[in-house]
Amino acid sequence: MYSIVKVVMSMHLSVSLTSGEPIYLQLKEQIKNQILSGELQENELLPSIRNLAQSLKISVITTKRAYDDLEQEGLVTSVSGKGTYVSGTNKESIREIKYRELEEQMKKIIKESQALGLNRQDLTNLLTILYGEENEA
Amino acid sequence: MNAIEFRQFSKRNGQFLLNDLNFEIQSGYITGLIGPNGSGKTTLIRSIMNLLRPDQGEVLIFGQSYATGEREIKRRIGFVYDEDFFYNHLTIREMKKIISSFYPSWNELIFQQHLHDFELPERRKIRDLSKGMKMKFSLAAALAHEPDLLIMDEPTSGLDPVFRWKILAILSEFIQDGKRTVLFSTHISADLERVADYIVYFQKGQLKFCGSKEELLDVYVLVKGPSNLLQMSRYKDKFMGLQQSSLGFEGLMMRQSYDDHPFGNQVTVEKPSLDDILVFTQEGQ
Repeated sequence: MYSIVKVVMSMHLSVSLTSGEPIYLQLKEQIKNQILSGELQENELLPSIRNLAQSLKISVITTKRAYDDLEQEGLVTSVSGKGTYVSGTNKESIREIKYRELEEQMKKIIKESQALGLNRQDLTNLLTILYGEENEA
Repeated sequence: MNAIEFRQFSKRNGQFLLNDLNFEIQSGYITGLIGPNGSGKTTLIRSIMNLLRPDQGEVLIFGQSYATGEREIKRRIGFVYDEDFFYNHLTIREMKKIISSFYPSWNELIFQQHLHDFELPERRKIRDLSKGMKMKFSLAAALAHEPDLLIMDEPTSGLDPVFRWKILAILSEFIQDGKRTVLFSTHISADLERVADYIVYFQKGQLKFCGSKEELLDVYVLVKGPSNLLQMSRYKDKFMGLQQSSLGFEGLMMRQSYDDHPFGNQVTVEKPSLDDILVFTQEGQ
């Protein structure tokens, strides 16, 4: 069962109960990605916990857990009585970490392709084809 | 703040015993009461409504005792019950007049809104309503006197998915101000899985769990794999509940004990649903 809801102007969240992934993780990852991609801007106010829970028809505590995790990672700040804001401070370091992870994965791909006997040109061609098919918007 | 507190509560009801219960239900949240048939859910709810008196101990509602404040407490509770407690020969409108006279806080506008929203025909006799319509009427009446605590006994059992979805929306909205409380019992756990904040889990009159739903779902893992793994008894002993077939096994165990001794890559490990937990902890008895 899916429910999709537009909360603030730039925020788009959906949860799936059948995916097997915990709902709080789904929420956390979606918000995190939107912060890292810049869809959610620094100092932007997120919907209140109860409000978001109501919109998605999920538990208040589940929603709180997602917000708490985001706060621990330094991506949002909650100001008591006011709400939860996107904080800019940790965004760069998390982007950095994700960038390193991507590099590691690409190194692995290079190794695998060498094991298959592909050269640099073959790999570049493959990447161009795949990138073009799925991601050229 | 607690909406409901059980203090050294004991009650024998026929063969059935609830013994020395101590737990509370937090205000401002949705709590689901779960357990198989005959686990004590209805006795518990009837005790919360003071329809059954405890043999020992007490139930406090909004911090008050029924001994001193029954009338005031009851006015603040909206009760939705899965059996008939209406007069069958009356119409919805006539029955409403009777119910509303009990509640000084009755809000006719809210009642009419729900009546319209639930598509209930005001002039129809109660006896001609379907089970689902009676439940809707009961809910509309409970919400109309703007209670601080909404108690529902198996509210979704006779209802179609469209209305069950609507109820989830109503409940979420009901607790929006952070002060009002919902307690509902059900054996349709998919509804609860989505919206409940806290779970109270009873089995044969014993309180098995009382805490947040997140905690409950985190405590266990569901492990699936080929049956030959179970021949090693050090694995088998760790399951709280286990089902085996010729194709393999499926069992529930504590996350902690799995993390201490993982089974290796022959098994898949999943987060259980509430249903899984109910089924497998039952099996383990």
